[in-house]
Amino acid sequence: MSCKQGSCGGGSCGGADRPAAEAATACHDDRDWAPASEGIVENEASRREFLCALAGCAAALAGGCSEITHTPFFQKRFRELSAEERAAFVADLEREHSARFHKPVKVGLQEAKEGVLFGYALDISRCIGCRRCVYACVDENNQSRDPQVHWIRVLEMEKEKGIDFAHANAYYEADTVPRPGHFYVPVACQQCENPPCVKSCPVGATWKEPDGIVVIDYDWCIGCRCCMSACPYGARHFNWKEPEIPEAEMNPNTHALGNRPRMKGVVEKCTFCIQRVRDGRYPACVEVCPVGARKFGNLLDPSSEVRYVLEHKRVFVLKGELNTRPKFFYFYGL
Amino acid sequence: MRTSIVSLWGLFAMLACGCQPDHGEGPLWSGGTTASPAPASDMEIEVPPPPFTEGVFPCTDCHDPEIPVNARRRAMKTAHQEIVLEHDQEHRWCLDCHSAENRDKLHLASGELVDFTESYRLCGQCHGDKYRDWRAGAHGRRSGNWDGKKTYLLCVNCHNAHAPAFRPLKPKPAPRRPQRADQPSGAPAESASQEGAHQ
Ligand code: HEC
Ligand code: HEC
Ligand code: HEC
Ligand code: HEC
Repeated sequence: MSCKQGSCGGGSCGGADRPAAEAATACHDDRDWAPASEGIVENEASRREFLCALAGCAAALAGGCSEITHTPFFQKRFRELSAEERAAFVADLEREHSARFHKPVKVGLQEAKEGVLFGYALDISRCIGCRRCVYACVDENNQSRDPQVHWIRVLEMEKEKGIDFAHANAYYEADTVPRPGHFYVPVACQQCENPPCVKSCPVGATWKEPDGIVVIDYDWCIGCRCCMSACPYGARHFNWKEPEIPEAEMNPNTHALGNRPRMKGVVEKCTFCIQRVRDGRYPACVEVCPVGARKFGNLLDPSSEVRYVLEHKRVFVLKGELNTRPKFFYFYGL
Repeated sequence: MRTSIVSLWGLFAMLACGCQPDHGEGPLWSGGTTASPAPASDMEIEVPPPPFTEGVFPCTDCHDPEIPVNARRRAMKTAHQEIVLEHDQEHRWCLDCHSAENRDKLHLASGELVDFTESYRLCGQCHGDKYRDWRAGAHGRRSGNWDGKKTYLLCVNCHNAHAPAFRPLKPKPAPRRPQRADQPSGAPAESASQEGAHQ
């Protein structure tokens, strides 16, 4: 697969302290994978990267550093920024995105609350595969429309075969759903307690927050895509090109570690709608589901609906044998 | 069923002690001993307004107390033609749910009148299991705040009270298949390798 053993397998691609520029070069041959149509852009990017590297703005490599050079803190990881630096960082982002999308954009820094561990439960006896969640997620989280990035993939499976990823189909078309004989398993980031993606990142650009959400520092991500091959759920997505978000549809309520606009060359994924849930709200997919299959809440709160589900329903996790310990559960609500 | 719950708790026990070296201050799983309390019966439930057809409420605009009640099982002719009961119709008829004396209300088996804003209590009479799940948030849908004020969809927001089977929906478009550089456009990619390592 994309992540070659020599370059980043087993964390040999440099420890977390290794300068991003080196790591990027080491993993760069992965880019051979990029669509051919990108050739010209790629050359341009390489030149920029080279200049960038000279200028020392390594973290901005993938996105093209020109947009970020005005940020005095981009050389640090998000996690190392002081409170003031974070404030200045998002203020810069807000200015940049507000100008680009012609509306006031908020880039929030809401932190994890004590006593909160987020969990999700999805009722597969109800899900009908209508994909409302997929597009609500795209809208809420500013995913690229073209090239298309979907954080949620709804897999159609056959009732006869049961849960069977080898024969799952994400591309089903139908006049109406559910199609007879089929059931549906929407898959997004499983927010593992033991996340293989985090372990595989050679630069420490992705980690698990105290409330259990696995996040990505887009400015530190080098685009090596090791995390994508490490994730057993196919839940991480790469921006092969500059993401395209229609101005009118861009959601201006964003979070620094979530749905703020991403740049070309970085990986992204579901964050349980960090910009919403850290304000106490439900994720967008929960509120859009027409059959009410999606449940969300605090695993540490015995009166939350996720706890009710865990205690009263037949529950399972995907690929439990891998010991990833997802906090995304599937259940039979019947 | 029990078994799976038990094994889940096992999982959580692991979750509890699974160390998070980089977030020592992070919350720890509180343990699997607390039984989830049955939802309190006096819990305040916030719901959207009943999804009436415009102009149909108040019902007493037409259903004047002077007008005789017609409890006969029949096809509606002069009004409500769109209502065809497909809900245990061999055993039920309109006035099992709608009050004959006050058409603006529903009534329970006990005779207690119930507002349309609380129609879930009527449904709950016969669908106790679903009602319980709904109150706990496991059936139906909530919106608003996971840690605060929430709104519950009424049963009748999803189920037509007269024909409650959930109707199939048109799905949103399928995702585009990912393409690879070495493939002519349009050719299906070995998609899973990049987008979904599901094998
Ligand atoms: C299972 C209980 C039940 C039965 C049986 C029942 N209804 Fe209803 N009906 C309801 C409920 C609950 C509502 C409220 C729906 C809402 O909140 O919009 C309702 C709503 C209505 C409405 C308003 C519909 C609208 O367009 O907004 C009419 C009219 C009505 N019922 C007539 C009838 C007639 C006529 C019958 C017999 C053929 C009947 N109902 C049988 C429960 C029932
Ligand atoms: C526009 C006038 C009108 C309104 C408003 C109206 N109804 Fe009716 N309703 C009628 C008429 C007329 C009939 C008799 C229909 C028939 O027999 O063909 C009827 C019949 C019924 C019946 C059958 C039992 C009976 O007494 O005939 C029920 C139950 C009923 N209506 C419930 C409701 C409810 C509940 C509402 C309010 C949500 C409502 N109606 C609003 C005109 C109305
Ligand atoms: C008087 C008892 C009674 C009441 C009140 C009642 N139901 Fe039912 N319901 C039944 C019975 C019996 C069945 C199974 C028979 C059938 O499917 O028609 C049923 C079936 C259903 C089904 C499954 C339908 C299907 O075909 O899959 C749904 C959904 C449902 N009811 C919802 C509701 C809702 C919502 C309400 C409140 C507006 C309600 N019921 C009120 C007795 C009741
Ligand atoms: C968010 C939408 C939603 C709400 C709100 C909702 N339901 Fe359902 N319900 C469903 C769906 C979807 C199904 C599966 C339907 C099917 O298979 O036909 C279902 C199934 C049912 C069934 C059939 C049994 C089964 O397990 O398939 C009953 C009975 C039922 N619901 C009752 C209720 C009652 C009572 C309420 C309110 C207390 C309620 N529902 C609220 C969406 C909803």
